[in-house]
Amino acid sequence: MNRLVRLFRTSIGRKLVVAASGVLLLGFLVVHAAGNLLILKGPDALNGYADWMQGHPLLWGFRLGLLGLFGVHIVTAVRLAHANRAARPVPYRRIARLGARLPGRLMVVSGLLLLAFLVFHLLHLTARVVAQSGNPLLDDAGRVDVYGMLVAGFSQPLIVTIYLGAMALLGLHLVHAIEGMFQTLGFNHDSYQTLIRVLAPLLTLLIVGGFAAIPLLVIGGHLHGGG
Amino acid sequence: MEFTLHIWRQHGAAEHGAFVTYPVRGISPDLSFLEMLDILNEELVGRGEAPIAFDHDCREGICGSCAMVINGDPHGPLPGTTTCQLYMRHFQNATDITVEPWRARAFPVLRDLIVDRSALDSVIQAGGYVSVNTGAAPDAHAITVAKQAADAAFEAAACIGCGACVAACPNGAAMLFTAAKVAQLAIMPQGRPERSRRVIGMVEAMDDAGFGNCTNHYACTEACPKQIPLRFIAQLNREFLSAALSSREFVELARPHAHEE
Repeated sequence: MNRLVRLFRTSIGRKLVVAASGVLLLGFLVVHAAGNLLILKGPDALNGYADWMQGHPLLWGFRLGLLGLFGVHIVTAVRLAHANRAARPVPYRRIARLGARLPGRLMVVSGLLLLAFLVFHLLHLTARVVAQSGNPLLDDAGRVDVYGMLVAGFSQPLIVTIYLGAMALLGLHLVHAIEGMFQTLGFNHDSYQTLIRVLAPLLTLLIVGGFAAIPLLVIGGHLHGGG
Repeated sequence: MEFTLHIWRQHGAAEHGAFVTYPVRGISPDLSFLEMLDILNEELVGRGEAPIAFDHDCREGICGSCAMVINGDPHGPLPGTTTCQLYMRHFQNATDITVEPWRARAFPVLRDLIVDRSALDSVIQAGGYVSVNTGAAPDAHAITVAKQAADAAFEAAACIGCGACVAACPNGAAMLFTAAKVAQLAIMPQGRPERSRRVIGMVEAMDDAGFGNCTNHYACTEACPKQIPLRFIAQLNREFLSAALSSREFVELARPHAHEE
């Protein structure tokens, strides 16, 4: 039997799929957050970056790759969760209060809510079909004015609330995900366990903070419209 | 002391069970939890009722028989303790105590608090041993073991196979048990030759037995009466991945199919 086929039929193999796709998605989030923060350097930097990406020959390859990663991550995790529910057909009358903290128990819920947010986010800022008034404007250099679009979008309290809520969910998801990822991939040793315990919330905070900073800065009046 | 007990009663594997409430009075704080149940059972037998069935054997905290979930905690509220080593002084007087069997698809209830834990045996049978030749006892120094390896293996070998990890896990997973049993042998030189075959067999047997999948909640290690550390689960993941990616056995050995007895 093929090694990989046999591996992905086992519980550990399936969890490796979730962890490995999660690592790649985490990498995407870091790059995405870093790219977003170009907004702090002003309209020219952000619009130039967006323009470079839009014209990149690998844009669609990258998008399809991401779609595949999300697909594999979500489908495998939901299948595992389904099997896990079946492994305890009769529930306890009194729930074991040991271990099992809330972020871990809510992984599927936070993940699926994030998927709903992802759809909204793509419709909002990529397809630009919701909560956007009129067509995308162009800046002075003839590029799509991403800066202006963000400032206009995040000037609406409802939109800001949705984005901040989603970032709270992302934090809830990542704080368990990052710690669990190391364990599933086999990195757990007394000599660096403390490092992982610190790294998981720290990396979560950096990513979530990086994303949440933009709507907060816009609604707080620190970033102004106009290219 | 006095308590109101809510205990799961179920006459047989195929029958429906329900909680039955039993008040107990005049309980000495120095009775163990099992002795308290013994006293209740004496009363029940005296009244012509069926006693509450529960597993127990050594009553010294080393056999792993006394499986029951007490107020939502496998082996009760005291960390690192089996039910037999739990005393009534660990409870508040005049409170309600809920007692349930281990709940997992792989552990069907046989009667009252007794579950069938042979699913754990099937994991052991799939590789939790070393093959040695019979004959004269080997020379004590024939294989030298480093002190660190001996200590690490002993930490894993402290597992008494009670199944509290499965009972505590929100997914009913047996990863901590399997990890301890794989690690105790993988760490020792005697376990090296069968290392790949062992981890492949035991993980696949664990999956076939109907246990859930680990999602890193770590409730297992907190419930474990022997406090088996979590790093053995990471070691199991490493051992399995390495065997899956590089061992001959993973390609050549057929996967045995789970069969019902």
